[in-house]
Amino acid sequence: MQEIIEGRVWTLGRDVDTDQIISGKYLTIIDPNELKKHVFEIALPAFAKEARAGDILVADENFGSGSSREHAPQAMRAIGVGAVVADSFARIFYRNAINLGIPTIEARGVRAIFETGDTARIELRAGVVRNVRTGASVEFPPIPHHLLELLEAGGLVEKVRAELAARKAAGASP
Amino acid sequence: MSEGNGHGQTLAEKILARASGQERVVPGEIVEGRVDLAMMHEQGAQTVAPFHQMGAERVWDPDRVVIAIDHWVPASTEGAAVLHRILRKFAAETHLPHFYDVGNHGICHQILAENGWVVPGDLAVGTDSHTNMLGAMGAVAAGIGPTEMAAVLALGRLWLKVPPSISVEVRGQFGRGVTAKDLVLRVLGEVRTTGATYKAVEFSGPTIGRMSMPERFTICNMTTEMGAKTGMVAPDQTTFDYLAPIAKHAMHPMRSDPDARYERTVEIDVEGMPPMVACPYSPDNVRPLPDVVKEHVRVDQVFLGSCTNARIEDLREGAALMKGEKVAPGVRFIVSPASTKIYQQCLAEGIIETFTEAGAVFTNSSCSACFGGNMGILAPDEVCASSSNRNFPGRMGAKEARIYLMSPAAVVATAIRGEISDPREMQ
Ligand code: SF4
Repeated sequence: MQEIIEGRVWTLGRDVDTDQIISGKYLTIIDPNELKKHVFEIALPAFAKEARAGDILVADENFGSGSSREHAPQAMRAIGVGAVVADSFARIFYRNAINLGIPTIEARGVRAIFETGDTARIELRAGVVRNVRTGASVEFPPIPHHLLELLEAGGLVEKVRAELAARKAAGASP
Repeated sequence: MSEGNGHGQTLAEKILARASGQERVVPGEIVEGRVDLAMMHEQGAQTVAPFHQMGAERVWDPDRVVIAIDHWVPASTEGAAVLHRILRKFAAETHLPHFYDVGNHGICHQILAENGWVVPGDLAVGTDSHTNMLGAMGAVAAGIGPTEMAAVLALGRLWLKVPPSISVEVRGQFGRGVTAKDLVLRVLGEVRTTGATYKAVEFSGPTIGRMSMPERFTICNMTTEMGAKTGMVAPDQTTFDYLAPIAKHAMHPMRSDPDARYERTVEIDVEGMPPMVACPYSPDNVRPLPDVVKEHVRVDQVFLGSCTNARIEDLREGAALMKGEKVAPGVRFIVSPASTKIYQQCLAEGIIETFTEAGAVFTNSSCSACFGGNMGILAPDEVCASSSNRNFPGRMGAKEARIYLMSPAAVVATAIRGEISDPREMQ
């Protein structure tokens, strides 16, 4: 995981729920590369076509509320979203995104300092998000150690794989 | 953790202390909790790939895993058929015996409830956000995503941040035509959709003490709409009586200490409270039903269903209002029981006959029209009255469609009149 993440910003409003990220009619799609064509169809229609790897999403409060569908962060990962920053997150989305290894940062007041098209620079350990164009910045509390470990491992799959492999090597039953 | 000593613990803290093998835990602390029950529905199909990528060879405890398909039952699209097939194959390969397949199906949360899969003191997780409903058993029950579920299946545990608790204390008697659904909508109007994010919402007070388990399921179900990690009711005689014949594993009943610390206490007196309705486009956009009735809101579709309100008690209440009446011209009324067992009860009690004679469609038990991906999908600009739990843009189909959430009684009154109506005016 990079210490510093920089990327082009897409902004979103408050209460963007998972129905608006990937709507119910696409829930039988498993292939993330297929899913990504429909991401934000309701909340931000231009995104699916124009987003590039490394882009950063900046949202207002309660991002990702609603259902537990992992399709939402999976589609973002398939696009290669560099980070998701929001004033606040709904809990299952936050867990899902971290578990998939997407840097997910709760920074109060962040939405107010960005417009779509700006460049954001995130310093993970220092706990700062900066708008490169305007110089404005907000700070965020350090990401808990446990979650940093998860991100560093590349997500939950990698972390559990390492744990199971270590157990196997030690001769314990899985 | 000395800051946590010196005062009592909440129910959620006690359950997570037990799950993580500690004396006590404090809000904000991250713990590894041992899982008592893991539930998957169709989204569980996405658990299979990460499970294998993790190098897992077996499921930690097949007797603690339930699979219940519910969103598309029987499969209504090829995509859904594939999800079902992935799950059946996975269940066969990893020897998971508790699979509620087509013919023995129902909404996953109802399947857990009516078969006693979650009991007091449990830490339960499911691949659906309304897993919160099972907290009504006096458990911590939370929704998780499929990758996380893969880790749970492999290890039998997961990381959790110990949530602060919000206490919702309820007193007073419900008036005629006012229900648990109206109460939880009222609480949503106060706590709002972000007011309980990452938190546990614990209901207590004399009104809750008198509630049946189905009513408790309804109120815990909609704590998801408050952002909560779980909704809960401390177990009492009602819980034990409900679970005694069906509990699948040992209970560890606990309750909050009298001096437990709550982040916030919401006091509600339901005496004189009118029925409530959540207006488009958010479950916390709550108004007294009589105010909305005055606006003569015409509806195109009415839905009596979902994990919030499609139990036998809800359908009986609806049928009593429907008896001898007709669905208003131009209105499509869809009734979907929450499980096959409830379907059979409806059949035995003449409830299916009552609804179909009135001109309603009585469907097979499933999530049905609740999520806009299976059936009963709304066209742009249509209006729907629903007993379900979400009215976000696009939830039941077109993003412009408008959904009003209300009690089963109000839904039936609305189906009869063709516009949003107050069930108290019906008899
Ligand atoms: S009934 Fe609706 S809210 Fe409940 S599990 Fe099904 S889709 Fe989700």
